[in-house]
Amino acid sequence: MSLDISFIGILIGSIMASSVPLILAASGELITERSGVLNLGVEGMMIIGAISGFALMVITDNLFIAIVGSMLSGVIISLIFGFLTQSLLTNHVATGLALTIFGIGLSAMLGKNFVGIPGKEFPILFSSLRESIPFFGPILFGHSIVLYFAFALPFLTNYFLKKTKLGLVVRAVGDSPVSASNQGINVILVRYCCILYGGAMCGLAGAYLSLIYTPQWIENMTAGRGWIALALVVFATWSPIKVLIGALIFGGITILQLHMQAIGFRIPVQFLSALPYLMTIIVLVVISRDSRKIKLNTPTSLGRIFYKEK
Amino acid sequence: MVPLIKVEKRNDVPMALYFFTPFIAIILTILGGGIIFYILGFNPIEALKFYFITPISNLYGLSELLLKATPLCLIAIGLSFCFKSNNWNIGAEGQLTFGAIVGGGVALLFYNQEGFYILPLVIFAGAIGGMIFALIPAILKTYFNTNEILVSLMLVYVSKLLLDYLVVGPWSNPEGFNFPETRQFSDSSRMPLLFEGLRIHAGIFLALAAVMLSWFILYKTYLGFQIKVSGLSLKTAKYAGFKGKTMILVVFMISGACAGLAGVGEITGPIGQLHRMISPDYGFTAIIVAFLGRLNPFGIIFASLVVALTYLGAETAQIFLQIPKYTGQVFQGMILFFLLASDYLLFFKVKILNLKKNELRH
Repeated sequence: MSLDISFIGILIGSIMASSVPLILAASGELITERSGVLNLGVEGMMIIGAISGFALMVITDNLFIAIVGSMLSGVIISLIFGFLTQSLLTNHVATGLALTIFGIGLSAMLGKNFVGIPGKEFPILFSSLRESIPFFGPILFGHSIVLYFAFALPFLTNYFLKKTKLGLVVRAVGDSPVSASNQGINVILVRYCCILYGGAMCGLAGAYLSLIYTPQWIENMTAGRGWIALALVVFATWSPIKVLIGALIFGGITILQLHMQAIGFRIPVQFLSALPYLMTIIVLVVISRDSRKIKLNTPTSLGRIFYKEK
Repeated sequence: MVPLIKVEKRNDVPMALYFFTPFIAIILTILGGGIIFYILGFNPIEALKFYFITPISNLYGLSELLLKATPLCLIAIGLSFCFKSNNWNIGAEGQLTFGAIVGGGVALLFYNQEGFYILPLVIFAGAIGGMIFALIPAILKTYFNTNEILVSLMLVYVSKLLLDYLVVGPWSNPEGFNFPETRQFSDSSRMPLLFEGLRIHAGIFLALAAVMLSWFILYKTYLGFQIKVSGLSLKTAKYAGFKGKTMILVVFMISGACAGLAGVGEITGPIGQLHRMISPDYGFTAIIVAFLGRLNPFGIIFASLVVALTYLGAETAQIFLQIPKYTGQVFQGMILFFLLASDYLLFFKVKILNLKKNELRH
């Protein structure tokens, strides 16, 4: 296999495609966590998004309905988490785990009749430019609209958190719910909204997998990407732009490991597959060692229950 | 008359209710399951019967129930130490896998030998394996302030990939036609069966021993006292001069050793070799068991039987009604949802008041 310039272009394009579900899910979870809520149900919400998107595509034959429906289903399932943690004040970690276990089971149940049905081709944009421009063509063009959205999302998220009033409200709720509440902000409502938004993005991330990346339904097809997305948020120290960089690194390792296998690289494939997980641990150690660094970035009330005496 | 629902914060949790709400959660889960079966087009009564009664209506079924409850109980006992002291070890699945790798490695060393000393060695190695693997998040938490939830979880994937590498690579059976599995262990590495023709094995005694030992440690020793105080209030624990770091390491080691034992129990019990699928996520499901059992050793025995039944019921329902076996996870998720939700009743008193209008004004 020759490592010419056009091959590298295609390689970068495929790395981008594989990082899309990570960017979407992690950006959604980032907003949720910034509001002080730790939702470990990302994997469960993604898989529900994947099956609902695919099922709706098969039933309605309409990709737009499928995409919107997957986001809605993410919202509905995250509402369970929201109701439990915000209204019934349950423990975030346990509730999130229950959501993941429940979601994986429910998706397999719902997907029973959709196994083995071929997917539909998802329209790609600027496909002619992809072929005609060497190197940059496969990087910039010929992707689905969801990919372009995913790559814009971290910048939009960054703008939202840093430059808008609502973003300030979200950060205030995450950093100091008591003072936010004293300022007249409805903490519970803000957190509900952030949880539902996270659910929508995770649903979309799942639909990207079942409709665009590998267009079909396979049981458990998210294959741990939800957990990687969760790690990615910490890896990025809750900064949206770093989420994008991290997702590209993680996506890159996935793609490289496939190509290294093809070239006949000597390192066993399992070791390469383990790299993203090991890297997350290393990054966690590096950023957590400096307590100032982690305090500067971590939403102070992350995972803590907020209760206002009425 | 104006009916009014009033919610008041309780000053202390009523203990009777604390142990009663898990039963409410189980009943609600069964009702919820019936509704889901109905929506999917099954007769709910019949489906629930196949799920919860058929599997345990004969001796073989009861043996299978105990077989599945054994690892769940062992892991949950270990986790109760972590959870009681506010240490969120959610990587028991990884500790189980690594324990099985280390224990299985020892069993493979003796694959063509017999001897009474082999099984104890294998079991010991499995416990040590799980313990070492659990020490990674514990050490990173104590010395580098790293979040133990994420580290223990990431290590689950690392251990599964390591197992995958070993069974397709260096440890794969040379006479196995490239199947991803190791040699069969020798009879001396296998758990003795308790009854002829049933799969229930001596590993259940490990689980029962763990229950007794954990009860003793938690309620009769200074360590248990430290664990409970740290769980209730870290500030108090610090004020009392407890060595927080040592305690974190110890609870993770206990938890890891229990998960390692569960792993080694599976491979030396029903499986008899190493392959990719040594655990149907027992390590994750045990988290539900620990909560359902209220982190109490005897509660955990009960909870492990209930959750084992969801595994067994899912298999039976798949055979008789062609319902995917993943329904087990739906039930497991629901149990935890309902349990957490009913905890609201522990901390808040919900009163339905009937007041006259003029009383309301005051």
